[in-house]
Amino acid sequence: MAKIIVEVMLKPEILDPQGQAVGSALPRLGFTFAQSVRQGKRFEIEVAGDPTPEQLAQVEKAAETLLSNPVIETYVVKVEL
Amino acid sequence: MKIGVVTFPGSLDDRDAARAIEMAGGQAVHLWHGSDDLREVSAVVLPGGFSYGDYLRCGAIARFAPIMSSIITASEHGFPVLGICNGFQVLCEAHMLPGALTRNHALHFLCRDQKLRIENNETMWTNGFEKNQEVVIPLKNGEGSFQCDDATLNMLESEGRVIARYLGEDPNGSRNLIAGISNVKGNVVGLMPHPEHAIETLTGPSDEGLTFFTSILQQLVGR
Repeated sequence: MAKIIVEVMLKPEILDPQGQAVGSALPRLGFTFAQSVRQGKRFEIEVAGDPTPEQLAQVEKAAETLLSNPVIETYVVKVEL
Repeated sequence: MKIGVVTFPGSLDDRDAARAIEMAGGQAVHLWHGSDDLREVSAVVLPGGFSYGDYLRCGAIARFAPIMSSIITASEHGFPVLGICNGFQVLCEAHMLPGALTRNHALHFLCRDQKLRIENNETMWTNGFEKNQEVVIPLKNGEGSFQCDDATLNMLESEGRVIARYLGEDPNGSRNLIAGISNVKGNVVGLMPHPEHAIETLTGPSDEGLTFFTSILQQLVGR
């Protein structure tokens, strides 16, 4: 079964206090690799069979209207087979 | 004069908003999110709370409720709408107001009596205030940080659409300390603090919130 993946991230200029909190917790655990952390959302949408171009177009539309808020977020649509 | 209060699944402050309308001299009418019937009200309040559990983003799912379709259409013709807290978030998600409300910069849920300055007293919901009147109204939210791009911020400031601004210590990281804004016509207003919790000194820090509700009633009667 194929999955359509939608990843949503806050735009770079929007403050991400959750990502900052994660970023400042990492060094307390000895993980010193991170210069910065930003947190986003991932949606996994299952469809029967391979996604059709129509389905992908609908997912794009859903990502733009519901799954993300274009005022503060960007999204990427991908397919995982 | 009938003013509607919408109840979404997870609304908390619909009863307080209805009570504030009655205290101001209006008749509160309860509206259900699942119906598109505005029941002949002359204005609507979108109350505070956690519609749909704040799932996805605050206000993101409530924005597509049947009642919102009617409210969006009506507001384009001057129908007055006040969104308080979660209601403000719904108005932004519905693109009835610009910008978005994001997580408070210190990540804490805040609940405090907040000093504000009412900078625009010419909207339908603020005309009973003196210009630049300072008031104290409760602020209680986790996602109250008003964000928008520079062009939108300049537009809001230059057009006088910042209706209320936080005074004192920055509570949540909102751009330019914005606590509330209006649309161009001034019929749609969004406000993070809760005027319906400041309508009498017995239970609130002041009775200054009542002026939002007397303002709209005065506006409707004077038409």
